[in-house]
Amino acid sequence: MGKVRGNLLPPALAILFSALLCGIALVVSGANPLTAFGAMVTQVGEGTTAVDIVNSTGTYYIAALAVAIGFQMNLFNIGVEGQYRVAAVVAAVFGGSVALPPGIHTLAIILVAALAGAAWAAIPAILKVTRGVNEVISTIMMNGLALGLAAYLIRDDVFGELRGNNIRTPEIPTSGWVPGISLGSSGTVFGLVFLAAALGIAYWVMMNRTRFGFELRASGESSTAAAAGGVSAKKMILVAMLLSGAIAGLVSMPEILGRDHTYNLNFPAGIGFSGIAVALLGRNHPGGIAFGALLWAFLDKSGLALDNVGVSREIVTIMQGAIVLSVVVAYEVVRRYELAAEQRRVGRQLGTAEPVGGAA
Amino acid sequence: MSGSTSADLPVAIGDPEGPPAVVLSGITKRFPGVVANSDVHLSVRVGEVHALCGENGAGKSTLMKILYGMQQPDEGTIEVVGERVHFRTPADAIKVGIGMVHQHFMLADNLTVQENVVLGAEALHGIGGKARKRILELAGDTGLSVDPGVLVERLGVADRQRVEILKVLYRGAKVIILDEPTAVLVPQEVDELFATLRGMQERGFTFLFISHKLDEVRAIADSVTVIRRGTTVGTADPKAVSSRQLAEMMVGSELPSPETRESTVTDREVLRVEGLALVAQEGTRPVLDDIDLVVRSGEVVGIAGVEGNGQTELVETIMGMRRASSGHVVLVSADGTRRDLTKLGTLARREAGIGYIPEDRHRQGLLLTQPLWANRILGYQTRKPTARGAWLDIAGAKKDTQRIVDEFDVRTPGIDVAAAALSGGNQQKLVVGRELSGEPVLLIASHPTRGVDVGAQALIWDEIKRARAAGLAVLLVSADLDELIGLSDTIKVMLRGRLVADADPNTVTPEDLGSAMTGAGSTSDAVAGIGTGPDTADDGTDTTEGER
Repeated sequence: MGKVRGNLLPPALAILFSALLCGIALVVSGANPLTAFGAMVTQVGEGTTAVDIVNSTGTYYIAALAVAIGFQMNLFNIGVEGQYRVAAVVAAVFGGSVALPPGIHTLAIILVAALAGAAWAAIPAILKVTRGVNEVISTIMMNGLALGLAAYLIRDDVFGELRGNNIRTPEIPTSGWVPGISLGSSGTVFGLVFLAAALGIAYWVMMNRTRFGFELRASGESSTAAAAGGVSAKKMILVAMLLSGAIAGLVSMPEILGRDHTYNLNFPAGIGFSGIAVALLGRNHPGGIAFGALLWAFLDKSGLALDNVGVSREIVTIMQGAIVLSVVVAYEVVRRYELAAEQRRVGRQLGTAEPVGGAA
Repeated sequence: MSGSTSADLPVAIGDPEGPPAVVLSGITKRFPGVVANSDVHLSVRVGEVHALCGENGAGKSTLMKILYGMQQPDEGTIEVVGERVHFRTPADAIKVGIGMVHQHFMLADNLTVQENVVLGAEALHGIGGKARKRILELAGDTGLSVDPGVLVERLGVADRQRVEILKVLYRGAKVIILDEPTAVLVPQEVDELFATLRGMQERGFTFLFISHKLDEVRAIADSVTVIRRGTTVGTADPKAVSSRQLAEMMVGSELPSPETRESTVTDREVLRVEGLALVAQEGTRPVLDDIDLVVRSGEVVGIAGVEGNGQTELVETIMGMRRASSGHVVLVSADGTRRDLTKLGTLARREAGIGYIPEDRHRQGLLLTQPLWANRILGYQTRKPTARGAWLDIAGAKKDTQRIVDEFDVRTPGIDVAAAALSGGNQQKLVVGRELSGEPVLLIASHPTRGVDVGAQALIWDEIKRARAAGLAVLLVSADLDELIGLSDTIKVMLRGRLVADADPNTVTPEDLGSAMTGAGSTSDAVAGIGTGPDTADDGTDTTEGER
């Protein structure tokens, strides 16, 4: 019971607190917070907003899982942004240039995307393992390189083609498409949203039931204890980073295989960074991340309604920032409180005043 | 008693006839689940060196943190020269003339001596020439002879300690708390430190000297207060009591005996280390130099040495956590197959049958926020009963954790609590229980009873003895000489990365062992030098000190 409280209380408090903060920001800027929040909630029922939220949730969810794998061992893969972009271009080019039977074509594209993401992540991983280069710095720089590389690859004299004002990769034939669930005028749910759910389950199983997950968590909790327990730090960094990159490579698959069938100039940016926030919000737990991704998608899509009531939609960005900040603080406060409470409980149950190691 | 510095203090500390420099009465400090200090009484006269003695975990450091304002007591009062004071922060303690030199130096290597001293106390004498003048005035007191403009990274350990003392003097301290000041020093440096302290004592400074090394306490202190399990047991005159009496005050009435009765040593080799060498990462100084070692089935080989002479590195190199620069580590398993472990990683070595009790259970032995059963898996993530192939066997891990809890008397409400919630002794019992699981052929135990209560200590000793009788080979590293002499069948003395002498635990005394450990040469037949032992030790003195 205490555990559930420890996991659910912090985000609830944080969301409440940040809503309050945004309310104040709205009042200061001369708008009515209740009107604004009301508009956001009613927007969910309008047009395709609900389906957009679900689709967006799937994308954020995959990105956050990629980040969370690194977080489990205190590895900050800031490079999800670049990894999914490189993977998207490579997979789109590959998908548009081969002819394969349906199904196999789709699987091949997904596999190529995962491999491309992993390959892009392998560079900072190898740099860290062999030369001790900080992965935060190297992945951020790889993000810049990824932008440039993607722009180069879709030039019409390389792999791309010019369509009107847009440059894009050749369209993937229908054999590579993933059909969605059409809800008529409400929009179409991407078929690969279920891929996100499957990845979440696989992630949970891996973290909690496999040796690799145990070693990953042990490395994150105490690198010295993991080393004494026979966990090779270098191997873990390499594997975790490659796995993180592979999952990052899948981030754009729902959109590319479900709707766009090509990589073009309108490709969405910033999902990797949102993934970091969502992973923090969900505390690296697959359930928590799902909730975080849903919240993020809701704020993104419903925020569009704010323009209608004369409120600047940038207020959503403030809210997202406030949520992440307060969640991180709230988790830490609750964690310390829970640990102290457990020590008190153990002390009481044993009825001793024995000094706990390290207290003195 | 140089009255010049005390003039600008709010409270003058310096009159030996007046009220005591510091009086702590009825201090109680509770942490979640534990009472770190309970009803502590301590009275320190002006101008004396007052030792505070107690085992690791007895509550010495907590008490000093309270006196230095780093923590607030739940109950009790602090008086400084007869006036009641309340410290909210160390700054309050510094204001009335109390300073603290921490065990782990708090110096910035890339700043000069002067910058380190002035840092945070810029308001006193600025940061320029006036500060420099003041530092030079005070440097004589501490025996520091280097220019204040020298970078701290160029200083040796003893000089760094002097800079720390200089820091507290600069801030006007007259009562100086020294937290285990000798732990990092070699014996000659300890003598120099003691000479410095005596000189400062004559000039009216008062010292609170925290230590658990009884011979040092008896050498320097004018009076000694013993603290046990968070409470003061009494104050004694160190000249009038024996070390044994002090030790018994520290641990309680009966000292548990680590003594093993009959030898169970066989002639079957389990561990053979040949020519093992390790070069420190930052330089070419050998941390381990040509180590040869054999441990047989049923034998406990003890490694004695002053901390920092390569014991940690030896253990971690045998465990594969550090890569040896040369030499071999060979393990013979129960069925007689010899395996060269030199190229293997830590996990493979563990799987080959090595159990490992690390020297620091918090940093290396446990995942503190994880439940006990998850800690059972650590180091055994590839083996039964905690794993099946790539999958964890959580039910098996839980069942075996319960077995350890029952067999090793781990006091816990259940196996689902976080390891951090247990007391140090119970955490260590869990670690020992885990490392004796899976039928190891060799146990490497680094300070297996450090900082645990007497009950846990006795249990851990019993378990090691029992496993030894069943044929386990044990490599024991310990700073507790009684433990080493009591448990070991053979003792080897380690000095500056070499095994320099053998000692016979049946005849050797802690004093003999102590002088062999410091390289002073053997005074007893029970300690026999290996090869050119004492000579090489002398050679090493200059170079190693310069590099530290």
